[in-house]
Amino acid sequence: MSAEPLTWDLIRDAVTAVCLVVGALMSFAAALGMLRFPDLLSRMHAATKPQVLGLLLLLIAVGLQIGSWAVVPLLVFAWLLQLVTAPVSAHMVSRAGYRTRHLRRDTLQRDDLDAVVRAHTEKSD
Amino acid sequence: MLEVAAWIAGILLGLATVLVIIRIMRGPSILERAIAMDVLLAIIIAALCIDMAVGQHTNHLAFVVVACVLGFIGSVTISRYVTDRRNS
Repeated sequence: MSAEPLTWDLIRDAVTAVCLVVGALMSFAAALGMLRFPDLLSRMHAATKPQVLGLLLLLIAVGLQIGSWAVVPLLVFAWLLQLVTAPVSAHMVSRAGYRTRHLRRDTLQRDDLDAVVRAHTEKSD
Repeated sequence: MLEVAAWIAGILLGLATVLVIIRIMRGPSILERAIAMDVLLAIIIAALCIDMAVGQHTNHLAFVVVACVLGFIGSVTISRYVTDRRNS
């Protein structure tokens, strides 16, 4: 990179580089959180970072570098798909995790689900 | 500039892959392994996006869309069949 004047291409490349590095940093932070956090629910909190924000940044980088309006609908579709499905799968996983008691009670601030689950299990016993 | 950014991002993704695989091996429950698999899929998608951005092509775009659906179906299917055997 020589000292070239501030052109549109240079700005585009700079924004793309920042998006790539921060998007990869999201994946790294998620992996670090998966290893460091104590229980299932807090690990899920870390795991959702690259799926939504990281994917958004990386798709912005791809769209900037391709530079054509033709790919934008597909990029938006991929991101919206991830945005819609991530809460559903997180809900399913945390529901199964709560019912199978893969969580640490002492890390919870409050537990709204406790009474419901307890009433249901007593009824089914 | 883009090559340097791609190298930094690639090194970060490599470290992330190692950490996630450690979690997949250790993971106390199958649900944690499912979440770690989701993160691994997100890392693969990130690597494909970096390749597309640096090489300025759209070859992997279809796989990115399909992989978003695959991760969803995988984790929902696994958590659907994880039940509490102690009560039933």
